[in-house]
Amino acid sequence: MAHRYPALTPEQKKELSDIAKRIVADGKGILAADESVGTMGNRLQRIKVENTEENRRQFREILFSVDKSISQSIGGVILFHETLYQKDSQGKWFRDILKEKGIVVGIKLDQGGAPLAGTNGETAIQGLDGLSQRCAQYKKDGADFGKWRAVLKIADQCPSSLAIQENANALARYASICQQNGLVPIVEPEVIPDGDHDLEHCQYVSEKVLAAVYKALNDHHVYLEGTLLKPNMVTAGHACTKKYTPEQVALATVTTLHRTVPAAVPGICFLSGGMSEEDATLNLNAINLCPLPKPWKLSFSYGRALQASALAAWGGKAANRKATQEAFVKRAQANCQAAKGQYVHSGSSGSAASQSLFTPSYTY
Amino acid sequence: MPQVYPALSAEQKKELSDIALRIVAPGKGILAADESVGSMAKRLSQIGVENTEENRRQYRQVLFSADGRIKKCIGGVIFFHETLYQKGDDGVPFVRTIQDKGIVVGIKVDKGVVALAGTDGETTTQGLDGLSERCAQYKKDGADFAKWRCVLKISDHTPSPLAILENANVLARYASICQQNGIVPIVEPEILPDGDHDLKRCQYVTEKVLAAVYKALSDHHVYLEGTLLKPNMVTPGHACPFKYTPEEIAMATVSALRRTVPPAVPGVTFLSGGQSEEEASINLNAINRCPLPRPWALTFSYGRALQASALSAWRGQRDNESAATEEFIKRAEVNGLAAQGKYEGGGEDAGAAGQSLYIANHAY
Repeated sequence: MAHRYPALTPEQKKELSDIAKRIVADGKGILAADESVGTMGNRLQRIKVENTEENRRQFREILFSVDKSISQSIGGVILFHETLYQKDSQGKWFRDILKEKGIVVGIKLDQGGAPLAGTNGETAIQGLDGLSQRCAQYKKDGADFGKWRAVLKIADQCPSSLAIQENANALARYASICQQNGLVPIVEPEVIPDGDHDLEHCQYVSEKVLAAVYKALNDHHVYLEGTLLKPNMVTAGHACTKKYTPEQVALATVTTLHRTVPAAVPGICFLSGGMSEEDATLNLNAINLCPLPKPWKLSFSYGRALQASALAAWGGKAANRKATQEAFVKRAQANCQAAKGQYVHSGSSGSAASQSLFTPSYTY
Repeated sequence: MPQVYPALSAEQKKELSDIALRIVAPGKGILAADESVGSMAKRLSQIGVENTEENRRQYRQVLFSADGRIKKCIGGVIFFHETLYQKGDDGVPFVRTIQDKGIVVGIKVDKGVVALAGTDGETTTQGLDGLSERCAQYKKDGADFAKWRCVLKISDHTPSPLAILENANVLARYASICQQNGIVPIVEPEILPDGDHDLKRCQYVTEKVLAAVYKALSDHHVYLEGTLLKPNMVTPGHACPFKYTPEEIAMATVSALRRTVPPAVPGVTFLSGGQSEEEASINLNAINRCPLPRPWALTFSYGRALQASALSAWRGQRDNESAATEEFIKRAEVNGLAAQGKYEGGGEDAGAAGQSLYIANHAY
């Protein structure tokens, strides 16, 4: 083995580790507000709002301008490129508003999928070109963490070894480059819930995927203490006829993580992947109550599951600002409770909270 | 990815997991008494005793006749093949004597190292041929766990990627076959302390080796909850001019494990390598006082570090037997305390004074 060339200095390691810990401290989680323009289009269409830059800015402004106490539930917000450079109606940068509330600013770094030839419709993720320069600029402009979403699906011959290897490798390259630029990489290897497979099958696949991810991170000399993981919970496919309880989902999920995620990783922030707001909270709560030992924080990085009610309350109208903010804060607080295993199901959540947010083959 | 083909039934998993937990129950570790005939030759020649089967039998009897005091500190004993079929003077098979003390019986199953052509003196380990049949027989004859030792070394160009890959793979094959036969595999990827490399180099190599081992175990569908790991502690090479404290060794060791060993592994049972009896206990104690969170049991699987004093007290003389047994019991009790971070002996690491010698973990 060649001599060791340290990838990071002790100071760099400390900075990364501190950022990661801050994001998931005390039950805090992440608001994934990094929907691409196209994806925001889908969201806004559902509430019959036109997909303009101003509308996107307005909605994000409503969320980011809630009371400072939001920082007790939200440790980090992931932004899309456009949003990092937007301001509120008083001309204040969104990133400064968030930072002043004590929230860490993150940035989506991947650039979408590209097909893997010779597979059953599988993809690799683009975005490595010039990534170091982009990271350096984002760091200057206020970001302290990045996010990169790889997508794997369960289907005939899927995920293939190639898809697993290629996505794990790209995630590791991205993570390595982030760390060189002082950004904590959130590593997201999503196994999407499309299909009729059962819980056990999802667990098997998730274990294989995560084992490959952590081997790749090790091969690429990534400093685990300065990363976060954003995985899917282990669930049955959407078309599976068998139903499972939150406790079953929790046990399958934590068992999977137990077998694959080293204790050095400070936090695991689940994606919500089409679950309703309430299910995402109930499952996270069950996960934190699961009797297996949990050496990492188990929290949330939710997009749809934090914003669905807020979007419905907003409807594109400025007059609905307060109702929008209340809806968002309510979900944020509920998920913070769930991240501590203290969520008590209110039973009176609005219809939006229980609606499944599943979109087939979800891409940003 | 094709359909899941479960390697083990739920009952098989439970049996393996229960055995593993029994071996590493709090305060307990392993006596490695599996020295081959050739290794015993070295030990016995040091005390001027002839290497006959009878002498080897008498020596093991010295250890196995320890009274009930070892029940609380010895969870397992690893046997060599010959010893598994030997009896005490009272005609009671050694296997029964050990089992009657509530201690789990284990068996060395590898057949030694062989050269890897095209490398700088590196090796792999043989023993896979007919391993399943051998394991089935050993299980019938009283063994519930097994051990297989792979060897890697640090030099300018070693361990090579081939040596790491090949040894990880052979360990995973062995582990898989053991589990099929109801035997808990102890996975031992030893990195020798030979050389003048420093602590950081050993840590780096240990992390690479362990990452490869756990990827291989995942690839081979090994049930981690039904395994144990027997690694080297992270130490400088024997010829390294720098000296390190037990706290530094502990910090480097636990950091390496936290980055590579999934929490599902119930226990890590360190080998003692060339450490003296006292050194091995002090280091184990420091490891168990390390401020980093440790999700697995951290205990001992010691050969020389449990037997050196007993061996020299015995010197092949019947009259010395009970004195020799006392020496063994003494070391076993000390290591039982060290496995809980409760060993107050040795002078260097007494209570609170030792805590301040831990360096902030981000430097590792």
